[in-house]
Amino acid sequence: MIAREAIPAPAGMLAELTHRCPLGCPYCSNPLELEKPASELDKATWKRVFSEAAEAGVLHVHLSGGEPCVRADIAELTAHCADVGLYTNLITSGVGLNRKLFDALVEARLDHIQLSLQDAEAASADRIAGYDGAFARKQEIAHWTVEAGLPLTINAVMHRANIARAARMVELAIELGARRVEVAHTQYYGWGLVNRAALMPSREETEIAVAAVEALRKKHDGVIVIDHVVPDYHARYPKACMSGWARRTFNVTPSGKVLPCHAAETIPGLEFWNVREKSVAEIWYGSPAFNAYRGVEWMKEPCRSCDRREIDFGGCRCQALALTGDACNTDPICEKSPLHAEIGSIAAIDAATGAQDYRYRRMNARA
Amino acid sequence: MTPGPDCKPRLPRGVRLKHDAVRGEWLLLAPERVIKANPVAVAVIEKCDGVRSLSEIVDDLAQAYQAPRETIERDVTKLVADLATKRMVDL
Repeated sequence: MIAREAIPAPAGMLAELTHRCPLGCPYCSNPLELEKPASELDKATWKRVFSEAAEAGVLHVHLSGGEPCVRADIAELTAHCADVGLYTNLITSGVGLNRKLFDALVEARLDHIQLSLQDAEAASADRIAGYDGAFARKQEIAHWTVEAGLPLTINAVMHRANIARAARMVELAIELGARRVEVAHTQYYGWGLVNRAALMPSREETEIAVAAVEALRKKHDGVIVIDHVVPDYHARYPKACMSGWARRTFNVTPSGKVLPCHAAETIPGLEFWNVREKSVAEIWYGSPAFNAYRGVEWMKEPCRSCDRREIDFGGCRCQALALTGDACNTDPICEKSPLHAEIGSIAAIDAATGAQDYRYRRMNARA
Repeated sequence: MTPGPDCKPRLPRGVRLKHDAVRGEWLLLAPERVIKANPVAVAVIEKCDGVRSLSEIVDDLAQAYQAPRETIERDVTKLVADLATKRMVDL
């Protein structure tokens, strides 16, 4: 086990305030087993958790969900975060955010809004979200945000239904007044994995989209910051998932479970601690789940002797588990993985299915 | 982009300088970004108030640090240009 002194303080916290959400995006990063409203932490507990996070060294807090604006106390929680010195980022669908609540959030000293856009065309965007009228609603929220002088990020998740418009999404973000855009190719966990055959684009479509977005980076330098999360299944090396397991950030679920990442609960045998019983600092430094894959001691070959082991940390543990059956294996996205060739085949087969129907992310849907 | 001597750089809402007691250092916080700020950067960023011009900021710092004006001007311009590209400073 890694010595406590060698563990850096946490820099970011993702607060999943609720799993309730009006949208049904088929690549949602929430788990398949969504937590019920009755199990959500109450306001006083969230405030304590935010105070403890700030004391432990957290800088950015991401107020997320589900849709965080369905919590009646969202403005009060935001104000509390500001009081304890946290930088607040509201990750919202925009649906459920009315003018009164928006003004309350501005008043509460919210620092930044990240708004999701499902596509650059209304009909397609609303189909992907599983919600009629969502696209139009989002335009209005973007307008309010810019008018209030708040920095706006547009988050655009790319997959087969919208990948032809990847560059158009960046242009739309600029038109909406965003200072930053995240073009994030779908990650295949949870809902994304269930819907992979309906989401996976072809290699050719992916390469065209990636090149088009990269070209815009140079063209709009100083106008918009483009963060590009490149597609996994077509890569040579894995992503440095979460910048390394339990190195920078943690997630708190609606019921208070503290996770190293969104999908960590898919790994069997990990023991997660809950903020109802322990403080944030106790959990960050002591939770068995956090210490399971810290450092490099847990690695097997080819990671253990690889000169990239502290660049990408062996990729993603959850993906290694999902695709190889062992979370300690090299993420098979890596070309050094013996299973790497299969990833290309999976992607090609899924891309060729032409599947259209999504299993929408819903509270009662069972995978 | 190269900021001119008359521009008045300022931090937009959503970008702020914070002294972090846990790590014992100054940080510039922005959407999804944290940049460590050394003492010179802190001195520059604190003066980016939308009132003072770049030229006035350079004058202030040249005096405060008793350093050649052209050296300060080069460093300040580079820092402000870099932050503007990252959309952490508005010109």
